Amino acid sequence: MFRFRLDGSSGVPPYLQIVHQVRQSLLLGYLQEGDRLPTVKDVAGDLAINPNTVVKAYRQLEHEGLAGGRPGQGTFITAASVPALRGAQGALRESLEQWLREADAAGLNDEAVTALIAVVRQDVKKEKVS
Amino acid sequence: MTHDDTGGSVPALRTTGLGKRYGRLWGLRDCSLSIPPGAIVGLVGSNGAGKTTLLEMIIGLRTPTDGQIEVLGHTAHANTAESLARVGYVAQDHPLYPDFSVADMFHLGQAMNPNWDMALARSRVEALDIVLERKIKTLSGGQRAQVSLAMALAKRAPLLVLDEPVASLDPVARLEFMREVMAQVAGGDLTVIIASHVVSELERFCDWLVVLTHGHVQLVGPVDGLLEEHQMLTVPRATPDADLPGIIIHRDDSDRHSSVLLRTSPATPAAQAHQGWHTETVSVEELVMAYLLRPIKAANSSNSARGAQPSGPITKVMSR
Repeated sequence: MFRFRLDGSSGVPPYLQIVHQVRQSLLLGYLQEGDRLPTVKDVAGDLAINPNTVVKAYRQLEHEGLAGGRPGQGTFITAASVPALRGAQGALRESLEQWLREADAAGLNDEAVTALIAVVRQDVKKEKVS
Repeated sequence: MTHDDTGGSVPALRTTGLGKRYGRLWGLRDCSLSIPPGAIVGLVGSNGAGKTTLLEMIIGLRTPTDGQIEVLGHTAHANTAESLARVGYVAQDHPLYPDFSVADMFHLGQAMNPNWDMALARSRVEALDIVLERKIKTLSGGQRAQVSLAMALAKRAPLLVLDEPVASLDPVARLEFMREVMAQVAGGDLTVIIASHVVSELERFCDWLVVLTHGHVQLVGPVDGLLEEHQMLTVPRATPDADLPGIIIHRDDSDRHSSVLLRTSPATPAAQAHQGWHTETVSVEELVMAYLLRPIKAANSSNSARGAQPSGPITKVMSR
């Protein structure tokens, strides 16, 4: 049975951590189509987190088409590993690597990189909104 | 399970203008809130803020001076067997009889509670390898806490009140205790109120918040909604308060910039419109700390404006 982890100091909301772990495990092949995710009660009891958080995470996974609930049986992975996503990520990863090398050459440290990404991400979000 | 409203069902807890006076001092005043069933509520406040007063009225130990308090639609301080059976309570110091065995405590619980679930009580402690024949005084703090919790759960009360339940426990015992609580909530229609000083852990456990300071409710609502209604804004230092689109909960001025925790409403135009302003979402911890740190004057003046309906529209007019 798949087990989730929770990093209390990451600043990432617990429900997103669950969503991320499923996405990541799908990409890495640790989760496959047809696998059953642990019940809400099991996750809540295992991680000591609010069960509504788990419900919210599973709902998000269903919304993304990665998982689906079967009445009386639980929540199952419905997506095969996502090749399209994998391909896009490969290309993105390469350009990010290139960018990070340039940032390093320009003398930006980790913090500067993180701050810059946060600011730019915000600007991009604004573009989307307007 | 949505917690945005009570969906027409009877609230697990509802208080209206609730107040408690001790002599000339008010321990709690004008407390109005409505908690939907199934919520896990974090009750936060400094010492003396009114937390214990509120908890004691919820469990029926104290009678209000003002206002009403209802647990699942029934007056909390009726002090009848039925009203006591509606609330399970785990006190901070886990009071149990030291010379009793765990089994003796359970028999006592059975004698005192009409809906006592002996199978549940036994299975909880057995799952944790606590032997029923052991005397309470020979148990560790963590085990005593688990026995207290098992007893509160075995009452089969729809509302569970935990007063600083893990304050005295070591990290492993804390985790085991909260695992048990969360699994129980997942398993049924249980509403939980947790009074806690551990602000950093609220996000993990709670989907509702009640923040008390100086005997008044400063913040109440579902966590998701409260996070949406607040934002952390970084603005140039010279920006006057009046230009900020919402109610200032906390403002930190640096030499050139200011960090402002702002309460906004959905109707408020996004603050991003301004050059040089930077908006970030707020974490539960930041939000709670900002309200706890609010000076008493600011807290109480905007309190009357917001009243007991924090999710209502913010009436402050945006000036620019």
